[in-house]
Amino acid sequence: MNLEIPKGLQNFVDGAYALARTTFRPISRKYDELEHTYPKELDLFAAMLNGANDGSGGAMGGAKGDGKEKAEKTGVRNGGNMSNVLNIQAMSYGDVGLLLAIPRQGLGNAAIAAVANEEQAKRFEKTWAAMAITEPGCGSDSAAIRTTAVKDGDDYILNGEKIFITSGERADSVVVWATLDKKIGRAAIKSFVVEKGTPGMELIRTERKLGIRASDTAAITFTDCRVPAKNLLGSPEINIEKGFAGVMETFDNTRPFVAAMALGCAEASLERTRDLLKKKIDLNYKTPINNVKAIEAELYRLEAEYEASRLLTIKAAWMADNRIPNTLEASVCKAKAARVAGEITLKCIELCGSLGYSQNELLEKWGRDSKILDIFEGTQQIQQLIIARRILGKGSSELK
Amino acid sequence: MSNTPLGNLFSALNNALDSKVASALGLRKLLVKATYTSAFNGINVATKASKVFTAPKKQKTAHRLEATKKSNLFDLNLTEDQQMIQDTIKDFVAQKITPVAEHSSEERKVSAELNASFNELGITYYSVPEAMGGMLNEKATVTQMIITENLAYGDVGIALALLTPIGALNALVAYGSPEQQETYIPPFLEEGSRMVASIAVNEADTLFDPFQLSTKAEKKGNSYVLNGEKNMIPLADQAEFFLVAADVEGKGSQVFIVEAKSKGLSIATDRGMGLNAAEMGKITLKNVEVPATALLVDNNNYNGFIDHIRLSWCALAVGASKAALEYVIDYANSREAFGEPISHRQAVAFMIANIKIEMEAMQVLTQRAVSRAEQGLDFSKEAYLASVLCSEKAMEIGTNSVQLLGGYGFCRDYPAERWYRDLRAVAISYNGMHL
Repeated sequence: MNLEIPKGLQNFVDGAYALARTTFRPISRKYDELEHTYPKELDLFAAMLNGANDGSGGAMGGAKGDGKEKAEKTGVRNGGNMSNVLNIQAMSYGDVGLLLAIPRQGLGNAAIAAVANEEQAKRFEKTWAAMAITEPGCGSDSAAIRTTAVKDGDDYILNGEKIFITSGERADSVVVWATLDKKIGRAAIKSFVVEKGTPGMELIRTERKLGIRASDTAAITFTDCRVPAKNLLGSPEINIEKGFAGVMETFDNTRPFVAAMALGCAEASLERTRDLLKKKIDLNYKTPINNVKAIEAELYRLEAEYEASRLLTIKAAWMADNRIPNTLEASVCKAKAARVAGEITLKCIELCGSLGYSQNELLEKWGRDSKILDIFEGTQQIQQLIIARRILGKGSSELK
Repeated sequence: MSNTPLGNLFSALNNALDSKVASALGLRKLLVKATYTSAFNGINVATKASKVFTAPKKQKTAHRLEATKKSNLFDLNLTEDQQMIQDTIKDFVAQKITPVAEHSSEERKVSAELNASFNELGITYYSVPEAMGGMLNEKATVTQMIITENLAYGDVGIALALLTPIGALNALVAYGSPEQQETYIPPFLEEGSRMVASIAVNEADTLFDPFQLSTKAEKKGNSYVLNGEKNMIPLADQAEFFLVAADVEGKGSQVFIVEAKSKGLSIATDRGMGLNAAEMGKITLKNVEVPATALLVDNNNYNGFIDHIRLSWCALAVGASKAALEYVIDYANSREAFGEPISHRQAVAFMIANIKIEMEAMQVLTQRAVSRAEQGLDFSKEAYLASVLCSEKAMEIGTNSVQLLGGYGFCRDYPAERWYRDLRAVAISYNGMHL
């Protein structure tokens, strides 16, 4: 049993931290204020990451466990999922809004990597794809999607409205979830790659948000929008048995990545807070917690929560790398890391007083940014529902 | 209050206690004693320690278990040996501990039969180096964690009682001088006998800090003279010797081997809120003189000693939390209200999901610190943080398991109230256990 990160991988991740410090941090405040402006500095990252990640589907999509490090005797792998989790945390430590805005690193590319057939994978290799699932009337309940896709010759005709699309304005294309038949429900939901500029596709607004302002969040309508049938990802057949499960499995791989984003925000806040307080605290990791100053006790507690969340996230990624089913652990780490990040970033603002609240520091920004991480890709409540159903052995008709 | 039924009852009881008749009959004294004294503390019991320790003085160097770097890769898998030990302990718990846990708590002891069958498992050998007749040729801290966690799954009090001698043994292996090892380790491996020793760090005072001890050890010539009081000690009455933490002027906290039959040492029962089966007691040291060679843990090793103790309590917490989780899952699925299992309600289901989340959190944090200890990496910070998290979450899980069972949770026929009481010790105790 070993819960340390392999040295080689750690060196690589240290590089990501250095990059986050030198490139993200200096422009962090700028793009928090310049909401809806594309951070042009990210072009460099996109080029770098595209080189490094070719074929893995991007920072959030490399769910293949490609075994960068593998033990000869035991066959244990520390692969793509683990390195993604660590690198995403490092970049989010720099700025999670900027990370989300890096071209080609989003969920859309992850979905293509996970579901596309060979021909599609090749055709969409260079596209920057955003993901469009949420609608004004359906968020967590993605089975209730109302956007329709109707087959017409060699095309599908899409009608509906999608909101909360990360990079929806900037991306080359959008992976749109739509139903082939509302009556059938989940199994009839398919995803379509819709390229920007397709007639009938219209960007109607970008959201004004609490945090992650560097990342644009779009609302797009589809009005008789004609999409080639070959852009339907995966099988066009409606398979009642597993149709929706396949789509949802994408999230098993991406939840630890969102947990990693939360860890990055939390780590940044804790580090800065300890630094601001360093002359006023003495953390010896010995004295019982009830015998130390209130602020020291709080910092110990937050660090313990952070460390536990970090290890749960790495555990989920390790399971994915070693092809151990991790639906439960993916939700456990997402639920824990996201709520802990909220607690840590907000507590750190409080512990630093008006300095923490001031825009002269980034603490207040991290406190705003972290909130989304307990909401997107499954809210805290949805994660708890998933966990509860799993451990109690209940279906969605019993435990609603 | 006196107008309520409960108030009336208390008034009647007070009257009975105050009444001259009762007093004349000696009833008051009896009642008071029965209610308070005997139930909680104060009855001095004759020490049962009988062992005479002699050192053959052959051993030249201490037998230490070496730390080994297990793997460069992050890996949560157990080794074959660890898996086998885990399976063995799980079977043992299912057959021998779970069925008697409630009875053992009520009786406030571990039966001789259970002690004997635990001895038969030979777990003791997983603490001792091969050179001394044990099974180990390297550190096995993770194995110790697995043993602890899985025993605690059965019952925390029983696990504490069964593992207290092993805690002392682990400390002797880790810190003992050749003479100390030769004197005190072989009796633990004697066939057919059960050697008991107990680590005693806690003191009965508010804001207790193991690094700021009231118990003093004063160097006098070739001896140390110990004065002070230690409480909450598992198996105090059965221990042949104690590992007593005391402050040495100019040195700080150190640990001494103090034999139970030492002159000036007295033992009394000292029951707590829980951990009933561990038969806790307190010892009072009045000018207890031990030879200078009784120093086991010097100030350089003391931090590591405390960290190993903290981690053992974390492992207990994880095991019991797993048991609590499984129990509330079964209960919530079988208990019906409003026409369906209560597990169909999010208010119930989410509480259970949170127990799962926090149990997992406690487990990984403990695993990391323990694996670092086993690999010879610095683990002080990790052990401290694991202890901080396990203390808080274990208490929460104990409390919530009672709440989930409702009124039944409050009844001693169900195990939840034991977790409620036992898990509160995780935040407090520095005694008995040592991985």
